[in-house]
Amino acid sequence: MSATLIDDPPLPQRSYWKIFARFCQQQPLGTFGLMLVIVMAVVGFSAELIAPYNPTANDFAAMTEPPSWQHLLGTDQFGRDLMSRIIYGARTALIVGLTSAIVGGFSGLILGVGSAYFGGKIDLIVQRLSDIVMAFPLIIMALAVVAIFGPGVQNVILAITIPLIPRCSRVVRSSALTVREMPYVDAARACGFGATRIILRHMVPNVMAPFLIMVTSFVGQAILAEASLSYLGLGVQEPVPAWGLMLQGGAEEYASTAPWIAIFPGLAIMLAVLGINLFGDAMRDALDPKLRER
Amino acid sequence: MRSWILTAALLAGLPAHAETPKPGGTLTYMIAADGGPSLDGHKETTYAVLHATAPFYSTLIRVNPDNPSSTDDFVCDLCTEMPQPTDGGLIFRFKIRQGVKFHDGSRLTAHDVAASWRRIVFPPEGVSSAREAVYPMVDKIEDPDDTTVVFKLKYATLSFLPALADPWAFIYSKAVLDKDQHYYERNIMGSGPFKYAGYEIGQAIHGVRNPDYYHPGQPYLDGFNAIFAPKQQTRVDAIRGDRAALEFRGMSPTARDQLTKDLGDKISVQESDWNCGNVFTPNHKRKPFDDVRVRRALFMAVDQWGGAQALQKIAIVRTVGGLVFPGSPLAATKDELSRLPGFHPDIEKSRAEARRLLKEAGAEGLTVEMLNRNVDQPYIIVGTWLVDEFRKIGVTVTQNIVPTGPWLDKMRSGDFQLAMEANCQMVVNPIADVGRYLPHDIYKENFAYHDDAKQVEIYERMLHETDPTKARVLIREYEKQVIDVGAHQLPTLWFYRIVPMRSYVKGWKVSTSHYLNQNLANIWLDR
Repeated sequence: MSATLIDDPPLPQRSYWKIFARFCQQQPLGTFGLMLVIVMAVVGFSAELIAPYNPTANDFAAMTEPPSWQHLLGTDQFGRDLMSRIIYGARTALIVGLTSAIVGGFSGLILGVGSAYFGGKIDLIVQRLSDIVMAFPLIIMALAVVAIFGPGVQNVILAITIPLIPRCSRVVRSSALTVREMPYVDAARACGFGATRIILRHMVPNVMAPFLIMVTSFVGQAILAEASLSYLGLGVQEPVPAWGLMLQGGAEEYASTAPWIAIFPGLAIMLAVLGINLFGDAMRDALDPKLRER
Repeated sequence: MRSWILTAALLAGLPAHAETPKPGGTLTYMIAADGGPSLDGHKETTYAVLHATAPFYSTLIRVNPDNPSSTDDFVCDLCTEMPQPTDGGLIFRFKIRQGVKFHDGSRLTAHDVAASWRRIVFPPEGVSSAREAVYPMVDKIEDPDDTTVVFKLKYATLSFLPALADPWAFIYSKAVLDKDQHYYERNIMGSGPFKYAGYEIGQAIHGVRNPDYYHPGQPYLDGFNAIFAPKQQTRVDAIRGDRAALEFRGMSPTARDQLTKDLGDKISVQESDWNCGNVFTPNHKRKPFDDVRVRRALFMAVDQWGGAQALQKIAIVRTVGGLVFPGSPLAATKDELSRLPGFHPDIEKSRAEARRLLKEAGAEGLTVEMLNRNVDQPYIIVGTWLVDEFRKIGVTVTQNIVPTGPWLDKMRSGDFQLAMEANCQMVVNPIADVGRYLPHDIYKENFAYHDDAKQVEIYERMLHETDPTKARVLIREYEKQVIDVGAHQLPTLWFYRIVPMRSYVKGWKVSTSHYLNQNLANIWLDR
């Protein structure tokens, strides 16, 4: 038996490039989504280098100008360059989206795995608390949090993160419950390993597939939630460049006379969320063995 | 464009009785804000409260509703005849109407009028009166019998009668006040043209016709619904879809153009200069705004002349002015204004000086937060403009934009660094109007939280001055003290009032104040 094992040829080590190439080949829509996300990230984080104008600088000589060579996407009612505001808005969206998704996702991961591992009263309490938070739709919960803590980027991140935690925790817990019953977890327990080590070394890596899919979808949800809160006047505040905020005020007032004020930020939100969702779906397909075999 | 403005202005100028009012119907109008912090007109200063509550109350006197832009056409509401002052202008004796009833059926007498006015002028311990500082001339308010109220003044002044026509000076029931001075903060019970019918907090307020109203034939309406909507586009859409007939405060030129283009002759427009403007207020109790150099530097960053040209296209602002309503003979001329920080015509030179002052004060690269109200016209627009003006001297300002209630609460508790507030007055009464810039100890709704004995001393002299020429000199001195010497507060652009309304709304006339002529008694619907 042992000789057979030794004689087995070693599994080929596939490079990341090969994995990526296979992903691109098998998931063309996901690749397109990933490209959109990469473009958004590059644009957002190098806004200072790319943006042609200061996104908050008023230019009263260029109020509500249509798209032109001077202002490729036109200007708003303050004469601010829309392209520059959209470029900087990508950064706001990414900061809010990524921070909320990562913090909410990892908090949910720890809670979900911990809840599954310990079971009993801890599981009962964590799950009932999750039920309470999940009873509210994400945007309603976020509205309540912003109403308590006030508007602003940090509070918006907090407002979006809180409702994401139980959503992630619930999904992760269901996977972790299966993992908990695996022999290697019993073995680790028998070896006298502590709960922290068992959770972090043996359970968390085995629930990463659903976790990564959740986090990816959270980024899109968080970007939409941020845009919604800003549109309602509860998110980031003028003159901070943010896509949802750009759809508020002037975009509505000038919808018939200067439609570009509303169209381009709306398009930016749509492309960002589309890209993240396509990429998330492809990730799910790639990581789910049942779907992968089809 | 010009022609319909002129037509509207001409129509607005016609006397109300040119057409016979038709009784009946329910008026739905919008209020450009969330609900105010309380329902008490004596305490509050925002139209969000007045536009919601004025139809329920009576006042002692008022500006003639058929001539609301007048600065001296005052008529009785609860009194029977405008009195002639006696004793060298020191005593005003009012006779009160008989047979007026509160909405709970109790009789309204001179004692109710006197109790209400005493609450405004001499508020008891624990009661906040927003306009207490407007009446330093009042010595005593007496009610010798059921039908007489006597105001005794410390000194004769021309500013008393206009101040008495205060539309916020609701007459409350003495019996109710004796039981609970705070009753009217949460409840409505007046003697006005409409009876209270319901209030969904921050959403809408409703009134029904008061059949016992004392002005014969009025009100014409069966009732009203007032809907709170801080976003202008919501209000425009409501009027366009005839879900509401108008909003009384004012809309931007873009909104006016949109509505007239879409609705043609179904919309009429009334316009007026406006005794109202935003005020930029640094909190003197917060560092570094305890340093006059920092405050002055911020003022000097602002290009009011350039801002006025641009912002009047997108907001309800128009005129550059100092502390006094620009249409008044007591207002500063352009030349006089140009000597004050925030009004220098050479803006680059002014900003260079601002940067020098900041450096000298050790406040370079300052990052601060400005409290603002979530009303787009014009608070958010003016606030966004100012943020960019401050950026030009290296000061980074973020806005904390909150609903009306929290905005007032934060200012009242001093929980802010910079604030965008407003100076909106009623009858143009310059000497009384500039009283809102007095220190917080005297004028409770001033949120600069400054002390300035010199400013108070100039104001006292102004109050006693009856010669308009000398009063003008004093008012310049006062203005310099507020804007330059103390750099306490900076008045920004004065508003311009544009009220588009459904053409079937009749009887209402625009004035220089959105506080005046708001009890709806004279409005009727032609449909």
